[in-house]
Amino acid sequence: MILLTRKAEFSSAHYYWNEAWSEAENLRVFGRCANKNGHGHNYTLEVTVAGEVDAVSGFVVDLKELKEILEREVVSVYDHRHLNLEVAEFAAGTGMIPTTENIAIAIWRRLEGKIPHAKLHRVRVYEMADLFADYYGER
Amino acid sequence: MAAGAATSTGPKAYLARRYRLSASHRLHSEAYSAEENRAVYGKCNNPHGHGHNYAVEVTVGGPVNAETGMVCDLGELDEFARTHLLERFDGMNLNTLDEFRELVPTTENFTRVVHRMFQGFRGARVVRVWIEETGNNSFEIGDEFGRG
Repeated sequence: MILLTRKAEFSSAHYYWNEAWSEAENLRVFGRCANKNGHGHNYTLEVTVAGEVDAVSGFVVDLKELKEILEREVVSVYDHRHLNLEVAEFAAGTGMIPTTENIAIAIWRRLEGKIPHAKLHRVRVYEMADLFADYYGER
Repeated sequence: MAAGAATSTGPKAYLARRYRLSASHRLHSEAYSAEENRAVYGKCNNPHGHGHNYAVEVTVGGPVNAETGMVCDLGELDEFARTHLLERFDGMNLNTLDEFRELVPTTENFTRVVHRMFQGFRGARVVRVWIEETGNNSFEIGDEFGRG
């Protein structure tokens, strides 16, 4: 078994808001992140897959194919978008606030079962160089 | 309801935050002779000490709170790190601190001290502490995550 990690980047806007709370409570808990005009980040995504090395190709997965899957499933949906307003899993009514943790979970759900010949091991999302979230599919 | 008041059974995720601090130290053990200290610690035994820009990465793990979408309140973690880590160690000579009175301030021991200290954080479980001494050396203590 070997782990392989592919990186991708996307830039998105978001804000934190719990619809079940009052405006005052949202501002108290989320502070500047609750600004409804949104703010943004350059996110870095690291997707780690686990698998066996193919005896013929020497690959766990074809990196070009993995790159295309990340592009299709994640980057094309998130990049230069407002996560709350333009991405289905974070839309009003879902209760899914686009925190770094929830973005990692959402990306896991987008990728699970879509990577041939390897098992999704970890989704890591950097919001900034000094802050990231990891999700290993634990429910 | 206030954030964090709900008991969440959501998916389990990890959040890592990186802090930076600069400190000096000298590696020297009273158990060794002067010659042995020089032999074991080499340049790091320089009597006047030397310093590093340390990067300290702290990982918390737990269920994502359904109301906040968060594993823990980052403000609380930053505040804990500010008072217990940065204000205590940043800009200091590690050898002069109580923690290292009888403990050689190698980064292994520094990591143990910081890991133990973060077990006192109540906002979430700290599962891992990783400290980078230089770009070539880093040390970590934590749960294995059971994932190899």
